[in-house]
Amino acid sequence: MALQGLEIRRSSASLRGGGTGLRKMPTVAKYIDTTICIGCKACEVACQEWNDLPNAHTAQTGTYQTLPTMTANFWNLIKFREVETPEHGLQWLMRKDQCMHCDEPGCLEACPAPGAIVQYVNGIVDVDPERCIGCGLCETGCPFDVPRYAQGTNKMAKCTLCVDRVSVGLEPACIKACPTGCLQFGDKASLVELAKHRVDQLQADGFAQAAYYDPQGVGGTGVITVLKHGDHPEWYGLPKDPTVPTTVSVWKRVIHPIGFIAMAAAVFGAIGHFMAFGPKKPKDTSKESGGEV
Amino acid sequence: MKRRTFLKGSAAAVGGAVALGFDLRQARAEMRELKIARTTETRSTCPYCSVSCGVIIHTLGDKSKNVKPSVVHVEGDPDHPINRGTLCPKGITLRDDIVSPSRLTVPQVRRPGSDTWERISWDQAISEIARHVKDTRDRTFVAKNAKGEVVNRAPGMGIIGGCTDTNEFNFLMLKAIAGLGIPYRDTQARV
Repeated sequence: MALQGLEIRRSSASLRGGGTGLRKMPTVAKYIDTTICIGCKACEVACQEWNDLPNAHTAQTGTYQTLPTMTANFWNLIKFREVETPEHGLQWLMRKDQCMHCDEPGCLEACPAPGAIVQYVNGIVDVDPERCIGCGLCETGCPFDVPRYAQGTNKMAKCTLCVDRVSVGLEPACIKACPTGCLQFGDKASLVELAKHRVDQLQADGFAQAAYYDPQGVGGTGVITVLKHGDHPEWYGLPKDPTVPTTVSVWKRVIHPIGFIAMAAAVFGAIGHFMAFGPKKPKDTSKESGGEV
Repeated sequence: MKRRTFLKGSAAAVGGAVALGFDLRQARAEMRELKIARTTETRSTCPYCSVSCGVIIHTLGDKSKNVKPSVVHVEGDPDHPINRGTLCPKGITLRDDIVSPSRLTVPQVRRPGSDTWERISWDQAISEIARHVKDTRDRTFVAKNAKGEVVNRAPGMGIIGGCTDTNEFNFLMLKAIAGLGIPYRDTQARV
């Protein structure tokens, strides 16, 4: 099979992991400015259209939010949240929620299927349905509750950051659609600059707590979110200090190798024993029993 | 150790390693191909609201003689001065509107008193509309107002333009409608 597309930086459960490591590309990212998002959901629809996902069945639950959570065929969801505090009064906060494309992805760490979850050199975290075994372990590694599983096949599906578009030089579908310009796409370094500039503006406008969300607990994310209340990311449904769960990293980095070595030692020990001493021969019992048949 | 034993042992070791989860295949990157790589691109205008965003319609095939084209994707036109590539959530569903089985593609009429839509030909539709225009104009024509001044107007009708109508089309439409004396007229002259 020919090597095609972007080179891989990391690959789940693979000893040889990625590619040559020679090719360097800028890490791409999405920029979400929640302060100018109007909640129009053009990004949601653009995602559905581009990825040929069937329409989701919706129900009125007293909110503008399309669905209660993301689903296997709905990867991009505007979360509408009402937060009431004495100091700020009632806040109606909306944020585009999707895969965060972490630099150190917990899903990839947790995944036991070789090559099912990959990280390309440009930072995009993607899932290969052909190699996904539908075990559901990626969910345990994700601090943002992103992985969803397709009905029937149980294979994981999530935002791919439109890797098919990005790899040929186009922007992701959601970014292109956004009519207010609250979504931007580019290499991460320049988007961090943009986020800093926007935070300065917001702070000058009286939002002293404004900040951008790029949590270092997962090595930074491929989605930079500008928040008016940067001291309370949980108001937007974002974990305050996300990390890959210790159980996952202990399991994959300590227990798994130890178990692997133990099993390999057992196999090699058995082979060595066989070669050194040969097969175990049954005791010759014919003499003791007097040779009767 | 005999050579045969060594080979057996090696084979067992490799087999064991593969069974234990070593992946000996080359890691490779494969992703979805760009679905619009060789589609035919057609510039058009979103038909919904009066903002008149520019869209690009991606059609399957390269217009070859033996290809029956179908619309596979619609997205914003980055060269269009109004939307510069963006689209609203309604506009971005245009593909579904175009391929929808319930899309209206032929003239239909619901006669007075009827509860069903009747399919008619374009010729019939145009001649029936012309008949209605003539009859309505004759019935409601006002040649002179209360002061006796000549006004020649037909206030029984009105016309409104569509958002995909071009300036030139709107110019001609207003000329024609003004010629009939219809005073209630509006365009969405933005394209």
